[in-house]
Amino acid sequence: MSGFSPRRVYAMVLRYWYLLRGSWPRLLELAYWPTMQMILWGFINQFMAQQSHWVAQGAGVLVAAVLLWDVLFRAQLGVSISFLEEMWSRNLGHLFVSPLRPGEWVVAMMTMSLIRTIIGVVPAALLAGPLFGYSVWGMGLPLGLFFANLMVMGWALGILVVALILRYGLGAEVLAWLLVFLLSPIACVYYPVAVLPGWLQPVALSLPTAHVFEGMRALIFDGTLRWDSMGMAVGLNMVLIALCGGVFLIAFRDARMRGALLQTGE
Amino acid sequence: MSQPAIKAEGLTKRYQAVTAVDSLDFTVERGSVTALLGGNGAGKTTTISMLLGLLIPTAGRITVLGHDMACDRYAALARMNFSSPYVELPHRLSVRENLTVYAHLYGLDHVGRRIGELAEELDMTGFLDRAAGKLSAGQKTRVALAKALLNRPDLLLLDEPTASLDPDTADWIRTYLERYRHASGATILLASHNMPEVERLCDSVLMMRRGRIVDRGTPSALLARYRRDTLEEVFLDIARANDDPTSKPEAAE
Repeated sequence: MSGFSPRRVYAMVLRYWYLLRGSWPRLLELAYWPTMQMILWGFINQFMAQQSHWVAQGAGVLVAAVLLWDVLFRAQLGVSISFLEEMWSRNLGHLFVSPLRPGEWVVAMMTMSLIRTIIGVVPAALLAGPLFGYSVWGMGLPLGLFFANLMVMGWALGILVVALILRYGLGAEVLAWLLVFLLSPIACVYYPVAVLPGWLQPVALSLPTAHVFEGMRALIFDGTLRWDSMGMAVGLNMVLIALCGGVFLIAFRDARMRGALLQTGE
Repeated sequence: MSQPAIKAEGLTKRYQAVTAVDSLDFTVERGSVTALLGGNGAGKTTTISMLLGLLIPTAGRITVLGHDMACDRYAALARMNFSSPYVELPHRLSVRENLTVYAHLYGLDHVGRRIGELAEELDMTGFLDRAAGKLSAGQKTRVALAKALLNRPDLLLLDEPTASLDPDTADWIRTYLERYRHASGATILLASHNMPEVERLCDSVLMMRRGRIVDRGTPSALLARYRRDTLEEVFLDIARANDDPTSKPEAAE
């Protein structure tokens, strides 16, 4: 990333911030879905706690799971939506005749994804206390580790979505909303990896999500932080973001070969 | 003698079996205004896209302001800019917001002051805080020009700068470009279908047809060579010429 400029990253964050602050329905929508999900899973958690010994042992385990799952989803969507804004407004032709580097653009989209995720998930996490008597903040510092790992995985998936849309055009934009859910059965958000069939467990364990959610359950049920799970999640995230970053750079160069930066749009 | 602003050598772009641009060799001298002319599909937009680094050539080499665009394009991009009525700025951002973003992208020191200067010069003060998508065609053209002039470019690439403008606004834009060129000494390369505009603004002309440069020269030299009164008649002669390359004046020279 030679010649990397924080000023150009700031310019792009400013561009997405202007867009976000200019539309209160968009701001509201960011917090709407995580809050609705939290309320739904809060009631399910309350019901299950009466029916299931396992859920009863881990106060708020399903609420914590849904909030952390939303971190992953919002992180991925935050990157993808910023990119789609450029596609919808046919702005790539202007951006890339400026000195903006692709790496600076990606960092700006990741920054904006962090901002969008915080705006979306923090209100839901705060509401969980008065509504269900559960505070996700009770997890303490490990919560930061879970959050950071899920953010990085979300960024990696978001960058992959950007690469695929650059390659296949707006016909592939639905991936921005689908990709994370494709992984949800093996993310082991609400159940342990051991529930999966034997052949699927290695697949699940090859993703950071399984390690993060296993770590979260260990913390809630046993009060212990599984450093082995965290180490695996961090290692896998490093591999994943390097792979997705590489795919993005290949797709970006391919777009420059095909002239897609000037022509892509609705 | 200083290096040319643009030097293209053997510039070629192929899309599978289609050759959009075929072995272009040309230079654009510093401080000049050069027109890239040709009918639809002649290869003008492809050529401009390659000059801007948006499109990677299949073969050939481009040097812009002394920088090889294959390996050093960011150094050139900081000193050039581009405006086209077909590449609009984001509609939901206001004019001021759009210009602020681009001012930061180009690393300007006094963002607010520069935007204020351009707003005065281009008569945009009345709609600086209006959404870019709610402007008239003439206002959009002025905003696009303001974006293109933010970094006081040494090289300005303009794609049909007065397309779909009324004659009064188009004349205003041409006058502004003339003044800007004289004041700044910038090099301008413009693609246009408006031949009177080319005759008025340009020092030299590159005529393209089917991906090749088929003739070039000053407007007056082209008029003399084709024994025509207007550049539009020259354009039609070239556009309607048969495909025999030996019939083209440049090839015959």
